[in-house]
Amino acid sequence: MRTLRFLLVKEFKQIFRNRTLLPMIFLMPLIQLLILPLAADYEIKNINVYVVDHDKSTFSRDLISMIISSGYFKLVDYDSSYKRALSEVERNKADLILEIPNDFERNLNRDRVQKVFIAINAINGTKAGLGGSYLSTILKEFNKNIVMELDHSFDGKKALKRIDVVNSNWFNPYLDYKTFMVPAILVILVTMIGAYMCSLNIVKEKEIGTIEQINVTPIKKHVYVLGKLIPFWIIGMGVFSIGFFVISWGVYGIVPIGNILLLYGYLALYLVALLGFGLLVSTYAENQQQAMSVAFFFVMIFILMSGLFTPIESMPEWAKWIAKGNPVTYFIEVMRMVVLKGSGYRHIQNHFLIMMGFAVVLNFWAIANYRKTS
Amino acid sequence: MEKEKVISVSGLTKKFGDFTAVNGITFDVYKGEIFGFLGANGAGKTTAMRMLCGLLSPTSGDATVAGFDLYKQTEKIKTKIGYMSQKFSLYEDLTVKENITFYGGIYGLGNRELKFQSKRLIESLGLQSEANQLVGSLPLGWKQKLAFSVAVIHKPSIVFLDEPTGGVDPITRRQFWDLIYEAVKNDITVFVTTHYMDEAEYCNRISMMVDGDIAALDSPSNLKQGHGVDSMDEVFYNLARTAKRKSD
Ligand SMILES: Nc1ncnc2c1ncn2[C@@H]1O[C@H](COP(=O)(O)OP(=O)(O)OP(=O)(O)O)[C@@H](O)[C@H]1O
Ligand SMILES: [Mg+2]
Repeated sequence: MRTLRFLLVKEFKQIFRNRTLLPMIFLMPLIQLLILPLAADYEIKNINVYVVDHDKSTFSRDLISMIISSGYFKLVDYDSSYKRALSEVERNKADLILEIPNDFERNLNRDRVQKVFIAINAINGTKAGLGGSYLSTILKEFNKNIVMELDHSFDGKKALKRIDVVNSNWFNPYLDYKTFMVPAILVILVTMIGAYMCSLNIVKEKEIGTIEQINVTPIKKHVYVLGKLIPFWIIGMGVFSIGFFVISWGVYGIVPIGNILLLYGYLALYLVALLGFGLLVSTYAENQQQAMSVAFFFVMIFILMSGLFTPIESMPEWAKWIAKGNPVTYFIEVMRMVVLKGSGYRHIQNHFLIMMGFAVVLNFWAIANYRKTS
Repeated sequence: MEKEKVISVSGLTKKFGDFTAVNGITFDVYKGEIFGFLGANGAGKTTAMRMLCGLLSPTSGDATVAGFDLYKQTEKIKTKIGYMSQKFSLYEDLTVKENITFYGGIYGLGNRELKFQSKRLIESLGLQSEANQLVGSLPLGWKQKLAFSVAVIHKPSIVFLDEPTGGVDPITRRQFWDLIYEAVKNDITVFVTTHYMDEAEYCNRISMMVDGDIAALDSPSNLKQGHGVDSMDEVFYNLARTAKRKSD
């Protein structure tokens, strides 16, 4: 472990001597975190909702007026024909259909549970998706016993498919879009910095040839890899902390509801997985250009397929699979759950397990693929 | 008395795709000698040396280095050898002292030994006033001498030097060879490639590589005699002109 100490000392000296890298590491994320949430403001008003009310009870009318008064919805029409509602969606006049079944009021009173049905216009997925989640929150507020069935796959040609969204992931529904985005954008920034820096650093040693001088020493592969991982892990923690406390909390006033230690526990694990990815890229790439483009390619996919902008529930099936194989998805989820919803360990247990899997696989793969003898 | 072999190579071959860079070379290097590797650009010197250092896996053939098998005991070999690559590869953004400490540390020198070696090295290289300067700011000749000293900091049995004096002025080259002689005195076997014929004369034995083969292997005086010429230059020319490989 003495060897590791020498590696770490060397790495930190190099990082802190690099006059261009250092400001980039710490300033770039701060600036982006200040600008991006403003630009990526997806808060949506005037969502066109078509209500198909088969019940026409006081209860259903109360619900509708509650939806309208939230300020996020515009009632396209209100009648009892689902077919007409569909044609409004097809003509892009409506983003959402809310179907209230017969005996809505009676069943709720009698059975204490009642299903409603929401169909989403997938053509404007973001708007409708957000609308769907706003709506689900209003429904929950209205009566806890309403069980929703949500249909996302409305794209004009496919048969409707019904999905239960009893456990909706959306917990900061229409209060403040920034509160919803900032923590997730912080995840993205930490991801980009971690992946790029880590992969570029090692490939740079390949390019200038210093890695040969290391490979000709009896150093153990995993020690060398640890010597690269630990510095970037610490930097990742630092960047996250600044973004989290200074910008997210300080500037945007997002006070985490959940346990911060739990969040840091997850961050720690996530960084190991992410840096494992960076290492893996660097073991395959021959030069910095290759490393950069490969890392960029994957980070782009990670970002787009992470549920950052588009809710995962409204993705097509193939995209859902990518999202599930994407470590960023889980961290964004955990971030939103812990910060906005106050979820505890129990709720994110699975997320921990999955991230552990990513960390183990990526790092062992990287170590196996790092060859001292080419 | 039989001389002790520190490197023993037989039929060592390296192919890059269809191209045979090193073509089944066979030779021994004895303890305490300065073994020179000569050859035109692209002859395969670096490739051969990198295989012996465990940086490149051979396509076929066998070798033992410092008594260890090249395939099965690569990491053991690495404790016994030092290597100075053709391309300068110390950290330019670390100081002289930091580079010494780093490599000494990686090779497992104890704290006291590290301090001692670092001080001794800096003094013997006359780098006292540059000790805390970034290596990148040093002139090439000093960098090379530093790289050599770092390559032998852990007292290896063999040091591999790949064109250690390339691009360096004659005076510095002399000083460099003084360092090599000192290493030999400390029981380090030297395996060196060079393009300078005067340096070839300093070697105990020379192997001439032509197009991946060893075309001749003997002491400089025997080689000159065998070719009936009186300079290594002419020996080199006689052998190297048969080469078909284009330099790159
Ligand atoms: N990784 C590689 N892939 C393909 N060909 C290679 C590779 N490394 C070396 N070669 C080729 O193998 C041949 C021998 O190269 P090598 O570097 O060993 O020559 P050298 O004798 O050291 O030459 P120089 O005096 O220029 O350093 C050259 O033709 C080179 O182009
Ligand atoms: Mg060479």
